[in-house]
Amino acid sequence: MPAPIRLRELIRTIRTARTQAEEREMIQKECAAIRSSFREEDNTYRCRNVAKLLYMHMLGYPAHFGQLECLKLIASQKFTDKRIGYLGAMLLLDERQDVHLLMTNCIKNDLNHSTQYVQGLALCTLGCMGSSEMCRDLAGEVEKLLKTSNSYLRKKAALCAVHVIRKVPELMEMFLPATKNLLSEKNHGVLHTSVVLLTEMCERSPDMLSHFRKLVPQLVRILKNLIMSGYSPEHDVSGISDPFLQVRILRLLRILGKGDDDSSEAMNDILAQVATNTETSKNVGNAILYETVLTIMDIKSESGLRVLAINILGRFLLNNDKNIRYVALTSLLKTVQTDHNAVQRHRSTIVDCLKDLDVSIKRRAMELSFALVNGNNIRGMMKELLYFLDSCDPDFKADCASGIFLAAEKYAPSKRWHIDTIMRVLTTAGSYVRDDSVPNLIQLITNSVEMHAYTVQRLYKALLDDISQQPLVQVASWCIGEYGDLLVSGQCEEEEPIQVSEDEVLDVLEGLLVSNLSTPVTRGYSLTAIMKLSTRFSSLNRIKKVVSIYGSSIDVELQQRAVEYNALFKKYDHMRPALLERMPIMEKTIFSGDGIFTVCLWSVFPVLQANDLLDLLGGNDVVPIIQTTVPTKPASAGGELLDLLGDLSLTVIPPMTAYNKNGLIIEFTFERSNPNPNIAVITIHATNSTEADMTEFVFQAAVPKVCSFPSCILINLLFMSWCIGT
Amino acid sequence: MIKAILIFNNHGKPRLSKFYEHYTEDTEQQIIRETFHLVSKRDENVCNFLEGGLLIGGSENKLIYRHYATLYFVFCVDSSESELGILDLIQVFVETLDKCFENVCELDLIFHMDKVHNILAEMVMGGMVLETNMSEIITQAEAHNKMEKSEAGIAGAPARAVSAVKNMNLPEMPKNINIGDISIKVPNLPSFK
Repeated sequence: MPAPIRLRELIRTIRTARTQAEEREMIQKECAAIRSSFREEDNTYRCRNVAKLLYMHMLGYPAHFGQLECLKLIASQKFTDKRIGYLGAMLLLDERQDVHLLMTNCIKNDLNHSTQYVQGLALCTLGCMGSSEMCRDLAGEVEKLLKTSNSYLRKKAALCAVHVIRKVPELMEMFLPATKNLLSEKNHGVLHTSVVLLTEMCERSPDMLSHFRKLVPQLVRILKNLIMSGYSPEHDVSGISDPFLQVRILRLLRILGKGDDDSSEAMNDILAQVATNTETSKNVGNAILYETVLTIMDIKSESGLRVLAINILGRFLLNNDKNIRYVALTSLLKTVQTDHNAVQRHRSTIVDCLKDLDVSIKRRAMELSFALVNGNNIRGMMKELLYFLDSCDPDFKADCASGIFLAAEKYAPSKRWHIDTIMRVLTTAGSYVRDDSVPNLIQLITNSVEMHAYTVQRLYKALLDDISQQPLVQVASWCIGEYGDLLVSGQCEEEEPIQVSEDEVLDVLEGLLVSNLSTPVTRGYSLTAIMKLSTRFSSLNRIKKVVSIYGSSIDVELQQRAVEYNALFKKYDHMRPALLERMPIMEKTIFSGDGIFTVCLWSVFPVLQANDLLDLLGGNDVVPIIQTTVPTKPASAGGELLDLLGDLSLTVIPPMTAYNKNGLIIEFTFERSNPNPNIAVITIHATNSTEADMTEFVFQAAVPKVCSFPSCILINLLFMSWCIGT
Repeated sequence: MIKAILIFNNHGKPRLSKFYEHYTEDTEQQIIRETFHLVSKRDENVCNFLEGGLLIGGSENKLIYRHYATLYFVFCVDSSESELGILDLIQVFVETLDKCFENVCELDLIFHMDKVHNILAEMVMGGMVLETNMSEIITQAEAHNKMEKSEAGIAGAPARAVSAVKNMNLPEMPKNINIGDISIKVPNLPSFK
């Protein structure tokens, strides 16, 4: 059998392939040759074959049949073989294959080899892919090597120890004695890896952390030497002496000084020195400064130092280098919670970053801007943010819109400003707002009673321009349905009232129903709006016509609504005004017993189906909606509710506990009303069994739509019985 | 911790891939492709930091990359590493390769993939930075190579001959020989390499 080709030849051949198929063919041929060579147990060329296999693995072709061969190479005596063998093991093997355990013995022998390079190879492989079993077996060897005086091996042993600790945290104590004099090494490589080992140990165990606190003076001394020492060619990177080691030490100091006064005290001087003396013209200097700033912010430093740190970050923001700006924005984001005022000073620079071309910087600047918004700067910030919303990429729009809504809700200076802002968001980024913003907005509009006319006018004008953005259309049609009378009567105080006739309004709403741009939900909204206008407008015939047309619509939801509204016109006309009255003010509350649960908003239409009622009363964790169910007189059709309640005759329904959690108990009791046996009365008892007061308890009622004959639901809110008796 | 080190060219062909966390072979190739897509879209004058792709850990991990001529050097790290520090590390890595290969270019990486792995193993071990001193790394790598060569036997003879000639100190050919006031110009002979 001719000698297998060299790796170089193989690479040359593969590069001549012009298509993927050709390449695959060549590789398959070579794989077959390699496989037969492996079968022949050829020792001389095994190394070459495995090297070729690794190349093919990198290109993405399967190479698992070489795993055992790697093990054979590791066991060989030649350095060349061992090298490729260990490389193959690192690339092809991992702890999920059982084969890797066979390596343990080889590694053990090699850890005690006479040549330091072989020992180094073994440490490297163990540190890269050692499994927990292997680590447990070989931890003793690693610990021995950690104490050796050979710096080449010592640094590798330190990192290997880190890997062992990560895999088997219980072995951490074993390495403790070896760390005693790690920091007195002169060799920077060993120092560097020792600091990594100490960092890992401190991060994992608070006991170790307190043990190593006594090393702070030593670390400070090392850092001082690094800064003060003159130029040393071997560790110099762009004029600074071993910046990697400086950064590592700063990070370890951060961990050691966090929450501890004495250590922070010891570090103050050196941190101030590093912060002021480091040259910032190159990236290295900035890397060290960045690490210093993070350390200053984390430990208990004195206020002068903190101000210095934030100023450094401010300087970073003005730097031309994008990387520096990115890094500055990231760290400002971390510190804005604790040092809010200091960061405010740089607000204008941050807002300028919104206009940067770089996507990563824009995202960071946006998050930071939202964190900086407060009652004083809301107007200015909002202007910038709205401008940003107009011009940003679609990926940002959803987050930006939600952020604007939240900020506006918290800090709105006036109701009119709030509504204007929301309108602006809806018109510019309307299709990107989240689904739950529609009910939130509706609630907001309902609550600002004096702005109803203004709101509905603006929404109407927006609708005339553009009906493609669904959230905007939904809110607008809801408002027109509610306040259409204000619109037509031209009562607006805030701005110039427009002249709109009833027919025009109905034109617009009908346009929504037929447009292809409207989703089914939007159509539902507009049909309901038209229906509500029947009590507010005088042109009943037109409305009746529209409603009856949709009684035969293909969309089941629309059809059901239309049929029910039709029934309202025909048989239950006397109930219509009461049913379609203006919505009362809805409150959104958050109250906490032991936990926090929010009482959700709802809109009358659409509303939950009957099955959902049961789910809610079944008692999962968030069960806020308290509903009244009305058992009407038994009839043949539409008896779903009755099925739920079981008994058709409705003589006695036992009281049920609807909700019992966190000290709040809610019970329903059912009884027939005496004068009119067709009416059932449901009483809700809510009791607070905790010692604390429960405030802002709000009652909301939702009308189930499921009943096909609308029943009159009169809700008498007897607040009296609630206030007493906590 | 460094999760992965990838080197690929402007067309997405991998030149080196080292993962410090375990993924299956398919996932590794997908990660390489995904990273290439993310990195190649970037403009020249934007910052060198990116959020990691979905396959490699999403927004907890960052991709720190540098573009040199035809190659992208990408380090995927988690939040415990300093971003600016990793940028410097990439620079040190490339300079080391430059010293080891003498004006390194993509072809060197292609044909000497194992050597590049060895150099990388001297710098980063188990996802952590081992050594950052360039001369130290080069010394170790040279020592390894010497050990290999000493074992190579007959097959290594040409390589040994080449390195022997390189190490030979050939005297410089003087351009002008000046003996008193007679100056004889030496003809320009082609240099021996």
